[in-house]
Amino acid sequence: MIFKFAAIAASTSLLCASALAQNLAIQNATLFDGETVRENATLVIRDGTVVAWADADQLPSGLETIDAEGAWVTPGIFSAFSQIGIVEVGAEDSTNDTSAGQSGFGAALDLSDGFNPRATSIDITRIEGVTRMAVAPSLGASLFGGQGFIATTTGEPGSVIDRRAFTFINLGEAGASVSGGSRPAAWATLRAAFGDARAFPTRYLAHSEGDALGRMDAEAFTRAARGDQLMLIAVSRESDIREVISLKKTMSNLQIVLVGAQEGWMAADELAEANIPVIIDPYDNLPSSFAQLGATQQNAARLIDAGVTTAFAHLDSSSHQARLVLQSAGNAVGSGVDHTDALRAITSVPAEIFGIDGAGRLTAGGLGDLVIWDGDPLEVRSAPVRIFIDGVEQPLESRQTKLRDRYLTIDESERPSAYKR
Amino acid sequence: MKIAMRLAVALSAATFLTACGGGESSENDTTGEKAEAFNRDPYPSTYSPYPSGAVLLQNATVYDGVGNVFENYDVLLEGGNIAGLGEDLDAGDDVEVIDASGKFVTPGIIDNHSHLGVYPSPGVSAHQDGNEISGPVTAEVWAEHGVWPQDPGFTRALAGGVTSMQILPGSANLFGGRGVTLKNVLSRTVQGMKFPDAPYTLKMACGENPKRVYGYGGGRFPGGAPYSRMGNVAGYRNSWIEAKAYQEKWNAWEADGGDMPTRNLELDTLSGVLEGDILVHMHCYRADEMAQVIDMSEEFGYDVTSFHHAVESYKIADLLAEKNICSSMWADWWGFKMEAYDGIRENIPLVHQAGACAIVHSDSDIGIQRLNQEAAKALADGRRAGIEISDADAWTWLSANPAKSLGIFDQTGSLEIGKDADVVLWNGDPFSSYSNAERVYIDGALMFDLEKPDFTPVTDFELGQPGEGDLK
Repeated sequence: MIFKFAAIAASTSLLCASALAQNLAIQNATLFDGETVRENATLVIRDGTVVAWADADQLPSGLETIDAEGAWVTPGIFSAFSQIGIVEVGAEDSTNDTSAGQSGFGAALDLSDGFNPRATSIDITRIEGVTRMAVAPSLGASLFGGQGFIATTTGEPGSVIDRRAFTFINLGEAGASVSGGSRPAAWATLRAAFGDARAFPTRYLAHSEGDALGRMDAEAFTRAARGDQLMLIAVSRESDIREVISLKKTMSNLQIVLVGAQEGWMAADELAEANIPVIIDPYDNLPSSFAQLGATQQNAARLIDAGVTTAFAHLDSSSHQARLVLQSAGNAVGSGVDHTDALRAITSVPAEIFGIDGAGRLTAGGLGDLVIWDGDPLEVRSAPVRIFIDGVEQPLESRQTKLRDRYLTIDESERPSAYKR
Repeated sequence: MKIAMRLAVALSAATFLTACGGGESSENDTTGEKAEAFNRDPYPSTYSPYPSGAVLLQNATVYDGVGNVFENYDVLLEGGNIAGLGEDLDAGDDVEVIDASGKFVTPGIIDNHSHLGVYPSPGVSAHQDGNEISGPVTAEVWAEHGVWPQDPGFTRALAGGVTSMQILPGSANLFGGRGVTLKNVLSRTVQGMKFPDAPYTLKMACGENPKRVYGYGGGRFPGGAPYSRMGNVAGYRNSWIEAKAYQEKWNAWEADGGDMPTRNLELDTLSGVLEGDILVHMHCYRADEMAQVIDMSEEFGYDVTSFHHAVESYKIADLLAEKNICSSMWADWWGFKMEAYDGIRENIPLVHQAGACAIVHSDSDIGIQRLNQEAAKALADGRRAGIEISDADAWTWLSANPAKSLGIFDQTGSLEIGKDADVVLWNGDPFSSYSNAERVYIDGALMFDLEKPDFTPVTDFELGQPGEGDLK
C-alpha cells in the first residue's frame, strides 16, 4: 500500500517536471561535463535530463537551440557545505535555524524542518551558478549538529530532494568545547553514542536514556552509526584526522566525510587509503587556531595529488556567501590545482560524495542542471548568463538585483525611490 | 596637505607656549624648535627602509594607481623611491633588471581596515586585543598598544601584495580608539612597523554593535547606554560637547596662560579630531545613519574621512560625493546582520560612478590576501550593470584612495616619481583569480618573492610549528 502510493507520487512529480522542463540543444559550447572539457560540444536536454548526442548536424526536431558561441557550459555548481535557506539574517536569532544550543536534541534535529525555499539567500546564491546544495548545521555549535539535507536552489516548495542525507558531527576544538571541555570528552561521548545507536532499539526498551543519547537521538544516529548514512565530521588538526581514520579502521563500514581538514595534507596518503573524502575551503591558510597550524592553500593540490576525493566549499561564511566557492576554486588553481580538478571539486565530486545520481555532470542521464557563463567560470570576473535546473530555465533576479536596479540611477525629482521597482 | 599644515600649526603653538614658562607669551618665539606642552608622538615610528639596490622592472603592463595604464613600460626603483617610469628606460650600472613581460606592475595595495595584530592568529582568548569593551567611549585607547607584531597574518597579507595598512580597534564602541597605519614590514616592535609621519586616526562605530554590546551587555538587560540608535547619537554628541569644552580650555590656556589644564587621554583624541589632526574612520552600514553622522560632523565642525563597510553607500552616493567622504567597502558581503541586509554587488562601482571616493577594504585576515580580486568582482559586476570603469581606474580603490584616507598619499599609493617604492610585480593580470603577487617591494626593498623561500617571512609564532616556512 505504502509502496503503491510512493510510486504514484513519483510518477506525478515526473509529469510535472516534464511539463515544465524545456527540451533544448546547446551548441558550440566549451563544455565541462563533470569530468573533462570539450570544445565545440553539443548538449541535448530532454525531459529534464541530458541525452547523449554526438552529431550536431542531425539534431532531433522540436528543440530550442542555443548557440553558446564558444562560451563555457558547466553542470550547475554543487555547494558541498552551506546553511542556505535555514537562516535569513545571521545575527537575528529569530531568523536563524542553523543551530539549537538550547535544545535537548542533537542528532535528531532535522534541518530540513527549518528550510525556507523563499529565503533571499537562495536566489542570491543561484544566480551565481549554484543549483544544488548540501545544507548542514553550523560549524562548531554542538557535537551532534543534526541531520543535513540536499536541495535544489529553485526556491520552490518541494526543492528538498534528500532529507536526512547525512549526520553532522563536530570534533576537534569545537567538539571538545561542547562536550565537557576536552577532546577525550568528545571522543568518549561519540563512542558512547555509537554504542547507543548500534544497540537501538534494544537498549531503549526499558528506559529512554542511553549512555550518551536519548531515544530520539539514538534513533536518528542509527543509520550513520551502522554505515547506512553519510557522516560529516568537522575536524582540523592532523592528530584529530588520524583519530577519525582509526575510527574508520575499527568500523570499516562507516561512510565518513571530513569537513575543514585544514591539516588534511599532513595525512593525505592515509585519507586516500581509508577512502575518506574531504570538503575543504581552499582559502584556509592561517593558523587561526592551534588546530590548524599547518594550514596552507597547498592543501587542495596536495590532497588531490594524493588521490583523496576532494570537494571545495566556502566555509568562512557558508550561510550567505556559499556562492564564493567559485572564487575559492579559482584561487585553488592559483595555488597549483589543475583547472579541471577544481571544476570537479565544485560539481561532480560533491554530487558523488552525497550520492546524488546525475547531479554535477552533463553526460548521458545527467540532470539538466547547467550554467552558461560569460567567461571562464573560475574567474572572479565571470558570471552566469543562463541557468537551468532539471531542464527548467531559472530567473537571474534576486532581492539584490532589485535593490541595484532601484538605485542604478538616483532620481527623486518626481517621486521617492520607494515607488521605483 | 591641509591636515599636515594644521598639525604643524598646532604643534608650533603648543611648543611656543611651553617654552615661555606656561603662559608669558612672546610674539617672536615661533620657531617651533622647543619642547611641546606635551608630547603628541610619544610612541614614534622607528621604521626605516631596508637596504635596496636599484631595480628595473622591464616591459610590464603598469597601472600607475591614479587611473593610467601603460603597456610595455619600465619602472625603476632606486634609493627606496620610484625613480623612473617610461618606455625603454636605461638600466645603468648596478641595476638589477627584471624581465616583466607578460606581467603587471602596480602600486602596493593599502588596506585601510584591518585588525591584524589586534585580532591575530591564532584567535585564542589571550589574543582578543581589538576592542576595549569596558565602556562605549574609549577614545583614549590606541590600537598600536594592542598590536602583536608576530601575527602570521601580516605575512599572508604581504603575499597578497599589501604594503601598508591601517589597524583599527573593533566596532563595539561609539568611539573605539585610535587606529595606526603600518608598513607591512615585520618588526620586533610595533614602532618598527609604524608608517613614518602618518596622521593618527579615530575609529567610531554606528548602528547595531554599540547598542548590542552595551544595551544588552554582559547578559544584563538593560546593560546601559547606548541601548538604541538614539542612544548612539546622544553618546557621540555628549562626547563632542566635552571635547569642545576641553579644546576651549586648552585654547584659553594657550592664549592666557595660568595652570596647565589636566590632560585627558580620551579628550586629547577627540579634540585632535576637532583640530583636524586626527582622521575619522567610522564603521557605518546604513545610508540613513551615514546621513545622520554627516549632519553631526557639521554640528561639531569636523570631517568624516571614510565610512567603513558602508554597505548602503550606493543609496546615498550623491551625498557622499557632495560631502567628499570616502566609502571603504567589501565587494559582496551581506546578510550576516540586519544592517548588512541590503548589501549589493554593485556598491563599489555605484559609489565610484557618482564621483565619490571608493575604497576596497578587507576587515578580514582572509580578505586582505586578495583585495585585488575583490576589486575585480566589483568591476565586473559594475560593467554587467552598465557602469563602465576601466581596470586602471579601479586600481584607485586599492592604493590611491586608501592612501588619501590615511593621509599618506604624498608618500605612497601611486607609481609617481619620488614616491616610496611600494610596488608589486604580479605574475599575471591582478584582476584574475589565478594571478599571484610574484614580488613585493616596500620602500624599494624586496620583502616577498614567490619563487624564493628565503623571501617568505616566518613569524616567531610559526617557527618550529607544523608548516613552518611552507608555501602558504
